[in-house]
Amino acid sequence: MGEEEFEPRIVVFACNWCSYAGIDLAGTSRIRYPYNVKIIKTMCSGRVHPEMVLKALEGGADGVLITGCHPADCHYISGNYKTMRRYLLLKKVLRELGLSERVKLEWISASEGDRWARVASEFVEHIRKLGPLRLKEVVESE
Amino acid sequence: MSEKVKVALYWCASCGGCEEAVVDLGEDLIRLSNMIDIVFWPVAVDFKRSDVEEMPDGSIDISFINGGIRLTEHEEMVKLLRRKSKLVVAFGSCAQTGGVPGLANLLSRDEILRYIYVEAPTVVNFEGSMPKEEVAVTSRHKIELPRLLKYVKALDQVIDVDYYIPGCAPTPEVVRRSLEILLGGKLPPKGSVLGASNKSLCDECDLNKTKPEKILLKDVKRVHEVKLDLSKCYLAQGVICLGPVTRGGCGTLCIKGGMPCTGCSGPLDNVKDFGARAISYLASILDYEDEVQARKVIEEYIVDPVGWLYRYSLPKSLVRGKYQGLESDKHE
Repeated sequence: MGEEEFEPRIVVFACNWCSYAGIDLAGTSRIRYPYNVKIIKTMCSGRVHPEMVLKALEGGADGVLITGCHPADCHYISGNYKTMRRYLLLKKVLRELGLSERVKLEWISASEGDRWARVASEFVEHIRKLGPLRLKEVVESE
Repeated sequence: MSEKVKVALYWCASCGGCEEAVVDLGEDLIRLSNMIDIVFWPVAVDFKRSDVEEMPDGSIDISFINGGIRLTEHEEMVKLLRRKSKLVVAFGSCAQTGGVPGLANLLSRDEILRYIYVEAPTVVNFEGSMPKEEVAVTSRHKIELPRLLKYVKALDQVIDVDYYIPGCAPTPEVVRRSLEILLGGKLPPKGSVLGASNKSLCDECDLNKTKPEKILLKDVKRVHEVKLDLSKCYLAQGVICLGPVTRGGCGTLCIKGGMPCTGCSGPLDNVKDFGARAISYLASILDYEDEVQARKVIEEYIVDPVGWLYRYSLPKSLVRGKYQGLESDKHE
């Protein structure tokens, strides 16, 4: 394999009501953010099951960013609290499995286009430093 | 005589509990012996690997294999049995999802060997000798030993598996029901889990009636920290029971015995990662909306989450174990 520049592949789960609108705002305001992110819209961040996060890593993502409404702003009242607790427990499990640095939770409101751009760039740079994950290749190697 | 069903039983990385589960059939074994012919069972019957090698391909009707795949020897044996058998059944949680031996995936091969042979407090090994894969006995003869695999694997990560029998170990009732299906001649679709239900354990639990409408927990207790009321849902008493995410069919034996479910019957159909389901369910019932408090409870009370939520299924999880990277990257 040649020494090509590593471009991280990041899967972003964005909730329909805040974060996706925030990302959209970044787009319409012409704020630059890295093209490494593959955004998946969900109705609520509470819809993002830990299984989906692990599946993304297994399927070739180098990192996963979960985004949702700020506390007290959830469209469904308590979805983001559930996300927060699941994330904390998932993170604890991933710490033992050596993967916790690859997953992150961020609150992004519909008016925070600039914040989204900053969060996305920082996460992409963070993953770039960690290097490629290649989880499937690793678990199938001998 | 030749009408009898030819059966093989084999164990890989297992504790022997699954062999016990077969013996636990008790008097049914006598009835069973009229219907089956055991052609290979290292624990109980004196046949050797060479005997299996000499059998024609596909001549064994059913092979029951228990235990996780830990060594290259296990890989070879199950591939051999696959070739010789019409049906292969993964028997017990280790064969189905990796089982307790699969928790070794939290350590690398080198870490395991170093600890067992050098660092363990009860070991005296001044020369630091480690097991070798090849040892010269004389100048002309050498013996080869099996190698530890990088990851413990479930049976279906090595060979094609037709059916699964869940449980650690499968209860006599589950084994009996599975044998009835297999010997009855009307086989379910390939990949089915035999002898159990496709509803969660709570569905058949007697304590389900006592479950409150909504369970929300302020703190999580371990079973030795409370005096359990055996007539009330354990979860409602703050003791984590994996019943909600575990396949039913075992008859809630542990719960009747005063222990919460640890999830040995494995996931329900279509679940890719048992532990992730357990994380989701457990985090959902914690009654905290404040991040600082939630973090405190999760960090302090949920100790060893991998050993708890992935107890029987780490090798079959999406990440399989601790991330080890690629060998080629390490040498660079």
